[in-house]
Amino acid sequence: MTKRALLFFSVVCLLPSAVFSQDTSAARGVRIGLTYAPGTRPGVFITPVSGANADSVLKILSRDLDFGDRVAVIAADSGDAPTGTLNYPVYASLGAAAVVQASVTPAGSLHIVVHDVAGARVMNVSDIPLPSPALGGEWRLAVHRGSDEVERVVTGVKGIAATRSLFVHEGSLWIVDSDGAQAHAVSGTEGGLSPAWHPNGRAVAYDELANTGHQTIVVRDLAGGNTHRFATRHTLNMSPTFSPDGSTLAFVSGDDGTDIYAVAPFGADSPRRLSVGPGATSNASPVFSPDGKRIAFTSNRLGHAEVYIMDADGTNPDLLTTTLFGDQPYRSDPDWSPDGRRVAFQSQVSGVFQIMAINLQDRGVQSFTSEGRNTEPSWAPDGRHLLFTSTRSGTSQLWVLDTESGRTRQLTRTGGARMGAWSPRLEAGK
Amino acid sequence: MFASRRSVAAIALTIFVVTACKKKPEPAPAPTPAPVAAAPVAPRVNQDSIDAARRAADAAAARAAADAEARRAAAEAASVRSMLAAKVYFDLDKDEIRDDAKATLDAKVGILNLNTAVRIRIAGHTDDRGSDEYNLALGQRRAASVQRYLVSRGIAASRFEMVSFGKERPAAQGENEGAWSQNRRGEFEIIAGGDMLRMPK
Repeated sequence: MTKRALLFFSVVCLLPSAVFSQDTSAARGVRIGLTYAPGTRPGVFITPVSGANADSVLKILSRDLDFGDRVAVIAADSGDAPTGTLNYPVYASLGAAAVVQASVTPAGSLHIVVHDVAGARVMNVSDIPLPSPALGGEWRLAVHRGSDEVERVVTGVKGIAATRSLFVHEGSLWIVDSDGAQAHAVSGTEGGLSPAWHPNGRAVAYDELANTGHQTIVVRDLAGGNTHRFATRHTLNMSPTFSPDGSTLAFVSGDDGTDIYAVAPFGADSPRRLSVGPGATSNASPVFSPDGKRIAFTSNRLGHAEVYIMDADGTNPDLLTTTLFGDQPYRSDPDWSPDGRRVAFQSQVSGVFQIMAINLQDRGVQSFTSEGRNTEPSWAPDGRHLLFTSTRSGTSQLWVLDTESGRTRQLTRTGGARMGAWSPRLEAGK
Repeated sequence: MFASRRSVAAIALTIFVVTACKKKPEPAPAPTPAPVAAAPVAPRVNQDSIDAARRAADAAAARAAADAEARRAAAEAASVRSMLAAKVYFDLDKDEIRDDAKATLDAKVGILNLNTAVRIRIAGHTDDRGSDEYNLALGQRRAASVQRYLVSRGIAASRFEMVSFGKERPAAQGENEGAWSQNRRGEFEIIAGGDMLRMPK
């Protein structure tokens, strides 16, 4: 965030919110910082797109910006792409703070111009190469990157459209784009459970459950399909997770009680044990803090499942989820927000799991869901959206929640989807 | 001569039955009519055909006896196998061996003591209410808990392998206690030495 934006943000915070939300002139000429005040999403008008596959590009851009929950998309009716200088007052009268003018160039690039309506000027121009084939997976990902760039220009925060989610469906791993498109099985991952992204967005670790019940940690290169399996002396190996720098793979292993182990994901070293019992204790579902210094995990060391935090070397385990909330002694499946501030988890309420998050500063608890059974939270890279498994539609599906507005949307349409894992931002060339 | 042939056949039958008792039951082979070629007396066509008929009858009797023994052994093995496979059940989120499970496991102890080559894979399962990942850990504790009990009854720990399926392989479908209680279970699979299972007397 720029110094100017910070200054503006402070000013906005000092204003009575009622005054601010009614007096839109206060926002004039300012383009950053609005989104953190609820209800003040800047309007973005997306003009009709010109060039090849224009309708698809327009649809993807509009949907991405809508799903991002930081701007209010003003629908572009079908029509011709505008040429020449924009008539800014018209867009202002439509409530637009910004206008997005996109075209697909003859050379095959996505050319995006973002206009500042109040300032009557061009804010940003970007050109994103569109890979062949048109409308294919990589092509769509490139358009999503365009959406994320628009969101960065308009709100100051990069979008999360150019991401994917891994999940478990029909006994293997599946992958789906952030907008629900391109859902397909990842071949060769039969028996796969608990997928976890490598921070480079190119590899995944998961637990491979064989028909014998033996479980093996597998690291797989998503593009090439190369795999590495980790041998341990235990039959149960599960819940893999990468450290934020990608240098460490933590997972759970044991024959009775289970402990958390760590190993170099691409090396030949033996895993080293981090957590130590006590006794036949189940320690499960580890996840690193964004600074890599701590690990949140589920443990039944008090006789029932709760979420704990320990140092990344296994020392100083500390109960995170006290029994002050929920009515059943069961909390599990933590995921640490990318900004480091919150740990999301699932907690039983009236015997049914719901998604909650605990603020690490004041230990305040937010409850996000109430409809159906809601489990397995996974943060988006923006630290604002959560992917989770829900039965609210009647079958187990992945849903996305905006933790600021409470808005939810269904990501998958194939019954039985679960164990979702939201990728990091998938940068070009990766 | 008849007597001696009969006694040879009887001995052959005895040997066969004894062998059948010891060996894994197999389709009864035709008893060896060894004395025919060695017969020292002049051939008498009529008498030979009568002998052949008697031998065939003896062989059929032997086969029938062997079949009966094979059926008995197979039934015994099946009964042993079913006792070894009998599931045990657990309380919600618990790995403690319940009293009803102890009776089921005690029945396996005698079998395992008698059939020393048998190795068992114990698979822990859970109902579908808990966390998917935590359930995998809970299932493993259940399998280990079963093993500890059997080891406490004198069976070598090395004869068991413990795995967990968590909630991934439900035995019963449904969101009710009936289904849940069927799914919180330990299952047993023979992974070695299951060929000649005998029932303790």
